[in-house]
Amino acid sequence: MTQSALSPSRTTSLTGMFGYTFSPVGMIALVVILFWAVVAIFGPQLAPYPVGKIVDMDYFGPISSKLWLGSDYLGRDMFSRIIFGARYTLGIALAGVLIASTSGVILGMAAAVIGGWFDTVLSRFMDAMISIPSKLFGLVVVAAVGSSLPALIMTLAVIYIPGSYRFARALAVNVNTMDFITVARIRGENTFYLAVSEILPNIIRPVLADFGLRFVFIVLLLSGLSFLGLGVQPPLADWGALVHENIQGLSFGSAAVIAPSIAIASLTISVNLLIDNLPRKIRDRSA
Amino acid sequence: MSKIVEIRNLRVEATTDSGRRIEIIKGIDIEIAKGEIVALIGESGSGKTTIALTLMGHTRPGCRISDGSILVDGKDMAKLSERERSAVRGTEVAYVPQSAAAAFNPSQTIMDQVIEVTRIHGLMTPEKARERAVELFRALSLPSPETIGTRYPHQVSGGQLQRLAAAMALIGDPKLVIFDEPTTALDVTTQIDVLRAFKSVMKAGGISGVYVSHDLAVVAQIADRIVVLKGGEVQEKGTTDAILSAPKHAYTRELLAAFEPKETQFAEQPIEKPRPLLEIENVIGGYGPIQPNGLPFIQAVRSVSLSVQKGRNLGIIGESGCGKSTLARCIAGILPANAGNIVFDGKELDHAARRRTRDQLREMQIVFQYADTALNPAKPIDDILGRPLSFYHGLSGKARSARVEELLDMVQLPKSLRYRHPSELSGGQKQRINFARALAANPKLIICDEITSALDTVVAAAIIELLKELQRELDLSYIFISHDLSVVEAICDEIVVMYRGEKVEHLTREDVKAPTHPYSKLLFSSVPKLDPTWLDNLVLEPELVRQYGGA
Amino acid sequence: MNAEIPTMIGKRLILSVITLLIVSFAVFFATNMLPGDTAAILLGQAATPEAVEGLRHAMHLDEPAVLRFLRWLGGVFTGDLGTSYANNMSIATLIGSRFVNTMELAGITTLVAVPLALTLGITAAVMRGSVYDRIVTVLTIGVISVPEFVVASTAVLIFAVYLKWLPAISFVNEVHSLSDLLRMYAMPVVTLTFVVSAQIIRMTRAAVIETLSTPYVEMALLKGASRSRIVLRHALPNSLGPIVNALALSLSYLIGGVIIIETIFNYPGIAKLMVDAVATRDLPLIQTCALIFCLGYLILITIADIIAILSNPRLR
Repeated sequence: MTQSALSPSRTTSLTGMFGYTFSPVGMIALVVILFWAVVAIFGPQLAPYPVGKIVDMDYFGPISSKLWLGSDYLGRDMFSRIIFGARYTLGIALAGVLIASTSGVILGMAAAVIGGWFDTVLSRFMDAMISIPSKLFGLVVVAAVGSSLPALIMTLAVIYIPGSYRFARALAVNVNTMDFITVARIRGENTFYLAVSEILPNIIRPVLADFGLRFVFIVLLLSGLSFLGLGVQPPLADWGALVHENIQGLSFGSAAVIAPSIAIASLTISVNLLIDNLPRKIRDRSA
Repeated sequence: MSKIVEIRNLRVEATTDSGRRIEIIKGIDIEIAKGEIVALIGESGSGKTTIALTLMGHTRPGCRISDGSILVDGKDMAKLSERERSAVRGTEVAYVPQSAAAAFNPSQTIMDQVIEVTRIHGLMTPEKARERAVELFRALSLPSPETIGTRYPHQVSGGQLQRLAAAMALIGDPKLVIFDEPTTALDVTTQIDVLRAFKSVMKAGGISGVYVSHDLAVVAQIADRIVVLKGGEVQEKGTTDAILSAPKHAYTRELLAAFEPKETQFAEQPIEKPRPLLEIENVIGGYGPIQPNGLPFIQAVRSVSLSVQKGRNLGIIGESGCGKSTLARCIAGILPANAGNIVFDGKELDHAARRRTRDQLREMQIVFQYADTALNPAKPIDDILGRPLSFYHGLSGKARSARVEELLDMVQLPKSLRYRHPSELSGGQKQRINFARALAANPKLIICDEITSALDTVVAAAIIELLKELQRELDLSYIFISHDLSVVEAICDEIVVMYRGEKVEHLTREDVKAPTHPYSKLLFSSVPKLDPTWLDNLVLEPELVRQYGGA
Repeated sequence: MNAEIPTMIGKRLILSVITLLIVSFAVFFATNMLPGDTAAILLGQAATPEAVEGLRHAMHLDEPAVLRFLRWLGGVFTGDLGTSYANNMSIATLIGSRFVNTMELAGITTLVAVPLALTLGITAAVMRGSVYDRIVTVLTIGVISVPEFVVASTAVLIFAVYLKWLPAISFVNEVHSLSDLLRMYAMPVVTLTFVVSAQIIRMTRAAVIETLSTPYVEMALLKGASRSRIVLRHALPNSLGPIVNALALSLSYLIGGVIIIETIFNYPGIAKLMVDAVATRDLPLIQTCALIFCLGYLILITIADIIAILSNPRLR
């Protein structure tokens, strides 16, 4: 009953370019994410000190004009270590989520379009895998294959494939019941065309949002594993490992614990906020 | 005569996705006298439900009353506090929703919900309320009035729920009852009973009513006066007789014209013996596991035979669940038939579409009811129409785009639409695109499955006209499936009536006025006429209603 | 009572058993993918090939994996959980008291978090769009978006470092008084409650908002029902299924949380035991711990699904 395309009484200032609106919260979140991406890419050029160099006689040194975020438990520069940590946290998580989401979406669409036994068996198996809590799964697989970087990436990817599969399959199954799929089927189109040309364009937006969410999950799990000392191994360190190394500093509120925690939080919260505030097309006519 | 309702200069605003505010009701005035039933009529988006809800001081999320007054029995609903509004709702003004099935709470018994109003407002003891409810059930001619209240909503039929919703509205002895499209979701044979029940209860109690509907013929039976709405503005108001016999406003005339069955010159009876384009014999189709005899557990189509002549149209009519859509799906091969023969253009077709040749698929196209789900929302019109052109005819580049423009032209849409997405089109435009896609294949037969049912009357009438025109130009045949007799009559040379999966009667244009099968008789006589005395004079054989009637 | 209900519950139970089998199979194979020879690792560099061979045989490592899986599964059913590689103690003994500790931590957290989170989630949904709802939503997203150890360190910083109300990292082993007991559980329970509540609040809020937008809720409003009546009589009974499901799903975060919280607070539970076992690659111990957690979680999910089936009015 609210359908109408009638006289606009007022136009808000935020209706932006190209017929899209983008909330300020979303913009800030995007800026933070881009900031960390730049830090991760240009880390070596940005860091004031080499990552392993002991620059302070004191351990858990305070914040100073020389050491912007103080020093860690060995007297290394925390600021440089966080810059380098960004590479590992963002890099591993991105690689993991790419593998997880791509495999999940391909399998999910295949299951929806092919259906039958293929769908039933795959879905049952994925459901069982989902019922293993992720952190527990992580512990078991890390125990088995170790903590090398490729092993970590594969572990994280495997853990999040079932979730991605289930999400993509549910979306694809919904689209698959639509009449335009029936029309394409009785036109004589093959399965590949149905999946790629008819279904994919309709699920791509939620799939991308899920990609972002899954990225957050992977960052959280990676940090958690590293925090337990089972993720990225010394001398390399991601942000979770930085917290792990410096946990002794917690009892006196050292920046060496707080700073990497804030780094993780800023990244994950920003991704979540961006997903909730993605640019939206203005749709007055169909509102 | 004193007024129960006085709406003055009512304006309602809605907030859109982007935070823009637009006016959806633009200053309307309506009055209702005591004991009078006023109909609000208009197409979707005309604001009729929005106005009706403001009578209870309610607006849907995102909307608000921005100006004007709504006096109901002297109280301005726009100015009351939420608490004062609650006190009025259910006792002075009551509401009968469009879909009673959704408006009943699935986890409570019907009786609990019917008498809830008396509980909320402390009107009477629960025992007294239950007695009153049973009286109302009886007055609304519900079956087993003593016990129906103990059931849960999912255990009774749609027509009964609609009447139970009326009982729920009437139990607080309201002065005004709002009916929001209460029979739209019902089959015609069920609609009759429900309308009768409403009318008699309202007249007996001398209750005022607001009846929201898009269907002039239904409204003619129950309303004393009619208000015609479009785009949030009143186009015309007057007594039912005046509106029906002497409409002043152009839009009202259009509404009436769309309703009148247009007599069109059908093709002359062919001189030579007609050649059948499609012949189906003893087709059986359905759902569920296949039984040992090779037939499905639920047979939605039970051994139906029919034929379509070249250049002529066949209508298939019946109520929801009669198997007409399943039959269409069997013919198109979407749901492979479990038995029977389908012969198309002289050749036997495989039951399953995926084993038919590309040319066989091309020559028989199907158009679905909901253009919203039949057009891929992620693709521009250009792609939607272009795909069958390249798929069947190998067209590309200039030839393809010239043909797309030609197709848009054929369905009378501007060429500029080709770069739009379906969500940017109106309902009628979408249905034309849906149809144009079928034309793109250069078919011989197009199966139209309820293609006008989701459209407003005026828009639907225009689509039917278009279909007739294209048929003359392109030498097409249609199978036209609908629950609406007037639509089928307007375009078909022959009509098949289906009931519970079986073909009960096959009529030609000549004998459509005099069906012989008892179900066809009931069905045809249940279609409301614009004549306001139609319902009161209608005599249905009780035996027929008992055997075939809804619910 | 509908005749379909026992059938549906039966199907659900069978599904749980199948899932458990697949999961234990997965856990077993994951831990048996170890590159390198467990026997050789255990005996160290100085071991002779004969000794390694002997140990392999004694540990049945020379048998096919499926046989070892069945042997292990058979052991689990008869209560023989095997022996730890690391210190040769029976796994049952190792787990024993620690299992009780973890159950205490999880139990107390559940008792605190569930009522708290349900109240917050439901009230936020009912007052959707209000300042209160926004504060709850923002806090929830904040807690969900950060790792558990960040929540834990923040709690330590606030309550132990700045306010000095509670001991920080150390775990009190000797309990002399009620206040000791409170102090012992306070930090882990507070942190865990934050983590779990955030998930429950988010899912409960979503479930209630969905029921509040149904036509029958609008109908109740148009009957003149008060807000509390609408929520208590119309919305909540119908969102029971989704809420219970949300609860069960959220409790999986309890397991993830427990792993981190036991480590950070040095709490002697099975999660800490398992983390240590991963560090020493003590496979039988890892398998058993993982199975206990999966079993616990599966039981919760199954109970939730059965409640959802029972609360579905269409099956009445």
